[in-house]
Amino acid sequence: MIEIENITKRYGEVEVVSDVSFVVQPRTITVIVGTSGSGKTTLLRMINRLVEPTSGVIKLDGRDNRAVPAYELRRHIGYAIQGHGLFPHRTVAQNIATVPVLLGWEKDRIDARVNELLSLFQLDPATFGPRYPHELSGGQQQRVGVARALAAEPNVLLMDEPFGALDPVIRAKAQEDLLAIQKRFGTTIILVTHDMEEAIHLGNRIAVMDEGRLIQYATPAEILAKPATPFVETLIGTGDRPFRLLSLNEIREAVEPGTAEGEALPASATQRDALAELLWSGREALPVEADGKPIGRVTVEGLIRRAARPA
Amino acid sequence: MSGNRSRFDKLGVVIAAIAASGVFFAPFATFRANRIVPGEGRTILEALPLWAAATLLLVLALATMVALLRFPLSWRLGASIAALAALMLLIGLAANHLTPPENTYARVAPASGFWLLNFAFALLAADSLTRLRLGPMARIAVLALAALAVTAILYSGSWNGLSILKEYANRADSFWAEAAKHVTLALGSLAAAVVAGIPLGILCHRVPTLRDGVLNVLNIIQTIPSIALFGILIAPLGWIAVHVPGAAEIGIRGIGTAPAFVALFLYSLLPVVANTVVGLAGVPPAANDAARGVGMTARQRLFSIEFPLAFPVILTGIRIVLVQNIGLATIAALIGGGGFGVFVFQGIGQTAMDLVLLGAVPTVALAFAAAVILDAATEMTALNGGQAA
Repeated sequence: MIEIENITKRYGEVEVVSDVSFVVQPRTITVIVGTSGSGKTTLLRMINRLVEPTSGVIKLDGRDNRAVPAYELRRHIGYAIQGHGLFPHRTVAQNIATVPVLLGWEKDRIDARVNELLSLFQLDPATFGPRYPHELSGGQQQRVGVARALAAEPNVLLMDEPFGALDPVIRAKAQEDLLAIQKRFGTTIILVTHDMEEAIHLGNRIAVMDEGRLIQYATPAEILAKPATPFVETLIGTGDRPFRLLSLNEIREAVEPGTAEGEALPASATQRDALAELLWSGREALPVEADGKPIGRVTVEGLIRRAARPA
Repeated sequence: MSGNRSRFDKLGVVIAAIAASGVFFAPFATFRANRIVPGEGRTILEALPLWAAATLLLVLALATMVALLRFPLSWRLGASIAALAALMLLIGLAANHLTPPENTYARVAPASGFWLLNFAFALLAADSLTRLRLGPMARIAVLALAALAVTAILYSGSWNGLSILKEYANRADSFWAEAAKHVTLALGSLAAAVVAGIPLGILCHRVPTLRDGVLNVLNIIQTIPSIALFGILIAPLGWIAVHVPGAAEIGIRGIGTAPAFVALFLYSLLPVVANTVVGLAGVPPAANDAARGVGMTARQRLFSIEFPLAFPVILTGIRIVLVQNIGLATIAALIGGGGFGVFVFQGIGQTAMDLVLLGAVPTVALAFAAAVILDAATEMTALNGGQAA
């Protein structure tokens, strides 16, 4: 659990973060969204003390984060940034091993962990371990950056616009990888982005920031249904709102009894994908299957009802 | 590269022009009745026995043709080496051929034609080596081979008839003593500048308010002419020698090695400090941020991230300093600091150009070797770091 209590940061006269408080539940993904200059990155960097707050307290599992020296604290918090920040003079394996080496792990344990992480990120250890960062593609560099952040098995992972430099296709893949990894390790992730779409897709909860203030802290469904201010509404983009709402839920929950013609969609696909397929193919209904067995159908009418503003 | 033989190689045209002027319009060797009278030029045909002159002209003509037409690189390199080797070996022969028997006063020196021809084919060799894209180790190996070849010729005694080696023969002992002094001055002041300059550069990087001040002062020092700086140092060092106990005993005096060392040290500081600052500033901000973010202490970040990434740039600064110091150390002789400059200034005083060359040629050779070795080292550290990122 991460408790952020009345955090304020001033640079001279300018207040970049103003009295922000919220609690991040363990094993969840919290996304901090805001425009540039909203103070979101500063807030993130105060959690691992790359920036020291002017006032307020941040507690990790009940302990003030100032209880240990800053470098000690950071070794136990994963940190991944935009543009990966890999060390250009070290190989991929050396980069990933950075924190375990700082923590004084045994060599065998480090090697095993590096190989495990490389495999997890679909990079062959024998091929990619000895390479230098500039020999990798952008997507590969980003994966190594996240692997390095996870190397010492941290409970908390901080990510500052980790996918900002990636093209849309690789970006979508990286987001899926992150969700899978979060599920596997149960890491508490706090991620900063300016992209509301990414926030809705990844976040269990979303913290919207504007001009240093926390405007709204809620689940994606709540943010979509009841944006706290016109600013939040602008961030969501009113035109995309119904589709974003549909993207939050699986087809499973929209299944109606009955059958339909055509190729079946898996129950785990999002309702947004189902609606898109229906509209594109000009049909009224599609069959849905789970584990290879038909379980019913989804209809345009049913999905449209679900896309309406919740009461 | 060998595809179109009907067209001339551009550099080859220049080389051919230089070589032609070296053969037809400039003397190959200079003959003087004694070491201070003006000399008379001798062409290749006059300076060498007929068979040798014919061989030399044939080799030069063939090599020029290879340079001019678009032959493969290995041919061009081979031709340049053959031409240089022929020039090197036959200039020694010219000396023996032109010096009358039993005459110890006569002096034979290479003349402008010899130097032009050397320049032309050295150009061809350098161009071929560059275009072969040799790795750093291979370049050092080529340098070592060239040094070995020159040493072999020197040992064989075939150059003993040349005026510069006659000057050497008269001063063999002091030559090596001055050589040692020269190298000590150049390398010692460099070492001191590295020891003082890198920490100063790190400090300037960490404390931005300090940076402009320090770099400006060092810039001003750099603009003081070397002779003036030697002069300026005489007074304070003289004062220290008199007033600080023990200073005179360790060799600190107003003139001599001490002011030369201090001046070279001061000149060396700017490139070392400036390149350290530039190198550290060039460390990718994301790498630095990540280093802090993963929990490196300031010291770990400096030694394992910032310094290794800045090192190729710092090494470039060290290369500038070393080459510069090897040249500047020559002037130390003016204030009694020793070094190859001793022969240069004695030679100027006696109007004996051969003596000037005895000081100048080793200085140039040393500077050239230092440049090649440090360039290779810079490239190796940069490659290792994968700086292309």
